Amino acid sequence: MSPERRYDALVVGAGPAGLAAATTLARAGRSVAVFDEQPTPGGQVHRAVAAVPESRRALLGPDYARGREAVEAFLASGAHHIGQASVWSAAPGRVGVTVGGVAHLVEGDAVVLATGAYERPFPIPGWTLPGVLSGGGAQTLLKASGLVPEGRTVIAGSGPLVWLLAWQYLRCGLTVDAILDSTPAGNRWRAAPHLAGFLASPYPVKGLELLRAVRRSVRVVRGVSALEAVGEDRVSALRYRVGAGAWVEMGVDTLLLHQGVVPAIELAASAGIRQRWDRDQLCWHPEVDAMGRTPLAGLYLAGDGTGIAGAEAAALSGELAAHAILGTSEGGRVSGLLAQRARWLRGRRFLDLLYQPAPAFRVPAGETLACRCEEVTARALGEAAALGVPGPNQLKAFLRCGMGPCQGRLCGLTVTEALAHHSGRTPAQVGRYRARVPVKPLPLAALAAMPATDDERRAVER
Amino acid sequence: MFRRLPDAPPATATILVDGRAVRAVPGESVAAALLANGIVACRTTPVSGAARGPYCLMGVCFECLATIDGEPNRQTCLVLVRDGLRIETQSGARGLGP
Amino acid sequence: MTARSFDLAVVGGGLVGAAVAWGAARTGARVVVLDEGDIAFRASRGNFALVWVQSKGMGMPEYAAWTVASSEAWAGFADELGRESGIDVAHRRPGGFHLALSDAELQARADNLKRLHNQPAMQRYPYEILDRERVRGMLPEIGPEVVGGSFCPLDGHTNSLKLLRALHTALARAGTPYLARHAVETILPRGGGGFRLLSSGGTIEAARVALCAGNGNARLAPMLGLSVPVRPQRGQIVVTERVQPFLHHPVVTVRQTDEGSVMLGDSLEETGFDTATGLGVTGTIANRAVRLFPRLARVNVVRTWAALRVMTPDGFPIYEESTSHPGAFVATCHSGVTLAANHARLVGPTIAAGRLPAETFAPFSARRFDVPQAA
Ligand SMILES: Cc1cc2nc3c(=O)[nH]c(=O)nc-3n(C[C@H](O)[C@H](O)[C@H](O)COP(=O)(O)OP(=O)(O)OC[C@H]3O[C@@H](n4cnc5c(N)ncnc54)[C@H](O)[C@@H]3O)c2cc1C
Ligand SMILES: Cc1cc2nc3c(=O)[nH]c(=O)nc-3n(C[C@H](O)[C@H](O)[C@H](O)COP(=O)(O)OP(=O)(O)OC[C@H]3O[C@@H](n4cnc5c(N)ncnc54)[C@H](O)[C@@H]3O)c2cc1C
Ligand code: FES
Repeated sequence: MSPERRYDALVVGAGPAGLAAATTLARAGRSVAVFDEQPTPGGQVHRAVAAVPESRRALLGPDYARGREAVEAFLASGAHHIGQASVWSAAPGRVGVTVGGVAHLVEGDAVVLATGAYERPFPIPGWTLPGVLSGGGAQTLLKASGLVPEGRTVIAGSGPLVWLLAWQYLRCGLTVDAILDSTPAGNRWRAAPHLAGFLASPYPVKGLELLRAVRRSVRVVRGVSALEAVGEDRVSALRYRVGAGAWVEMGVDTLLLHQGVVPAIELAASAGIRQRWDRDQLCWHPEVDAMGRTPLAGLYLAGDGTGIAGAEAAALSGELAAHAILGTSEGGRVSGLLAQRARWLRGRRFLDLLYQPAPAFRVPAGETLACRCEEVTARALGEAAALGVPGPNQLKAFLRCGMGPCQGRLCGLTVTEALAHHSGRTPAQVGRYRARVPVKPLPLAALAAMPATDDERRAVER
Repeated sequence: MFRRLPDAPPATATILVDGRAVRAVPGESVAAALLANGIVACRTTPVSGAARGPYCLMGVCFECLATIDGEPNRQTCLVLVRDGLRIETQSGARGLGP
Repeated sequence: MTARSFDLAVVGGGLVGAAVAWGAARTGARVVVLDEGDIAFRASRGNFALVWVQSKGMGMPEYAAWTVASSEAWAGFADELGRESGIDVAHRRPGGFHLALSDAELQARADNLKRLHNQPAMQRYPYEILDRERVRGMLPEIGPEVVGGSFCPLDGHTNSLKLLRALHTALARAGTPYLARHAVETILPRGGGGFRLLSSGGTIEAARVALCAGNGNARLAPMLGLSVPVRPQRGQIVVTERVQPFLHHPVVTVRQTDEGSVMLGDSLEETGFDTATGLGVTGTIANRAVRLFPRLARVNVVRTWAALRVMTPDGFPIYEESTSHPGAFVATCHSGVTLAANHARLVGPTIAAGRLPAETFAPFSARRFDVPQAA
């Protein structure tokens, strides 16, 4: 479906946050368009939830199945869903989007960016080999297509998704050969002071039973301190060590890597929203208030794109952003939403610290690829750092890291943290790649069709 | 290597991968169809020629690129299967368009 | 607090500063480079990377000669730099094109070049106006709208990011400190000669100072009795994903890099210190590129950016020593890629030696801007 020229509100992302924002706005009588790269609404967590067979929803568990209600409410709300739509620019009043290879500039009085999260890079030797997938990617294959790995399968890393995925695989009757848990042992002590907040939040009910079920059926290797994928044209084995112990090798057909998710901030950053380094989540958080308002009037942010807090908190923040747009008076519904969201956020702190990935898995060494697209090694980053480069943008100019089609999503955090490591500064001091429009590649012909004023044309013609 | 759960819809579509006919589920992503057919690598990189295949399945990593119906560098995880789709794996940098 | 002391402090670590510093360091001088941080106005990170001759020099024949000299010196410079840095900067000189999309554009192009070469004292260089068929023989991918173009065999290009890195690497290997996050705030001439540079990262002392701070020179120059009336002129650029080689000659607004990506340029905008990009301009750039090379239409754009040219009132460089503060120099220009060979081989060493020989550099003094307009 092609978008119309203008709407009252434009929402980017059809995950829990975007759907809640759009549903609330549409129910209040606003015309709303929701753009998402994916064909069906649901976002990462509820991928394809309304499109899959009932049996799949049952297998994947209640947290997944619940997404269906939100999707159905959204579909009934009158908001337009524009799927397979890639948004490459956003500013107050306007987004640029390609649908079916054609670029559109769509206008809207309010713009809500609910771009969600993607997985933190996991730069280990061999992570680019075919057969090595991200844990979230494998989960997406399961959710959307009912695909599960065949043969020897290992899940490695840290974070709730590692356990959730293993649990979902078990329910599908799959054998997971091992979980290589790379969570540093010391995290437990750092997280402990926040246990009370966690226990008071709605999280524990979700997690604990699941953990137990997985531990009963899967071999879990804890304290993994180093990991490599091995193979020629595809992965055939992995090597790991526990602590300072000896390397252990095992054959695998599929290796799934995951160490948490981080906000997708590119669109917000390209619109000029400042980013702040979050020391617990080890990623950038955009400048936004609890209602989703940004320093730019008319531009709102919601969901995990503002900081990782999970699907429920994302939906709450989406609804809050809608109320900010509608001008709903504070108090009543709004303060209730704020209070509920605060409970989720309090619980999050514990999880953030508990699952914080180890430095060795965030700052690679030697010939390990930091930038997959341009194949820039960790060694090259270190050598460039030794020239005294002041930050990621100069590093990018020197090495091309971040210049490939993923536009730095799979190396940005690595480069920031590596440079901080090499230069003895903090990530906040080192800074990040500058994000520029287009934040997703688009065909030259689509850009060529953009309207221009006479002055703009004259600035180019010669 | 991936297999389909018994609840998956029937693979009623035929797509051509490098000229070879394989079965796929209409509406699933091309990347999923490739993986379901044992094809884990879809291209080699322009930089070193290393083999790569789908990694994130959510449109972020750009590892899943292939030529679809003659158009190079499409993200196979974002393109949906239709009967008769032609997919070519790629080696190195793309060529110009048609 | 004791300040570190050097023979020469170069302010600015862009292409001009790095080339001048390297040229100076190779004479044995103890040089230091001071630069700003990661986010800065730095044309050297955002340019089009042409080593370009055609159309240079209207209004100042000496500039045409200076440009031709650099073009001739470039291959040797690239070799030398490659040896000392281990980095191949991908310099090529296959000759370059300026293409026309209408007969009027082609005629205007021919007239301009004729006027340029008819200037008194002009050092002529070879160029040709080619019709569509001859262009197509060399650029098979041109579209039906291309009516012809001008070709100059001296034109070439490089990878200017590799060039910047190679210069920085060579500096490091020569033992020259590069101090980023040392934005120079004040330069104080010292009583007994020499200079004190107060920067955000600390104080540096040097017998001589070279201002190579691009658009930053306008503010710093008066501290040394110099006037450097440069202004920022914005240029936006569009770049694509990597593509199999298809374009073997650089075109003034389209070139394929050694890595395969296609760069499309570049606007001329008087918008002050503002590096925003806009869809109207990048869209026009894309539009013209597709008209020139239609098979680019489906190639994906991966980035756009804007950078600020360092523009003097007449567009020509300024190289000058302060008369009130001997030992203080300025070197600044547009076309710092093209002129990098000259900067490394001629400007750096002469500054290190403490003198800019008038026979070469007199025409480039900023005093040319003081001349009252003829009535
Ligand atoms: C792969 C993956 C799997 C996950 N699985 C789970 C899970 O099973 N359980 C769980 O509790 N949490 C899961 N999470 C965490 C989860 O992302 C969040 O908690 C929740 O989905 C956040 O909701 P959201 O609405 O903020 O964003 P999301 O659900 O991530 O939705 C964002 C949407 O925006 C779209 N989008 C982003 N950028 C653009 C653009 N430029 N153009 C067009 N569309 C765009 C995306 O396609 C996506 O659909 C997962 C995260 C990832 C990355
Ligand atoms: C869009 C565009 C296209 C171009 N295309 C070409 C081309 O094809 N061919 C060509 O030859 N040229 C081209 N140029 C011009 C070329 O890029 C510049 O001439 C050259 O980069 C200038 O180098 P510079 O070192 O003088 O300036 P810059 O690269 O701007 O560097 C100045 C440096 O000084 C630093 N600085 C500023 N103030 C201070 C201070 N107070 N203290 C310390 N450091 C300071 C800055 O941080 C910066 O690093 C282009 C320029 C642009 C913008
Ligand atoms: S698999 Fe990552 S973009 Fe398709």
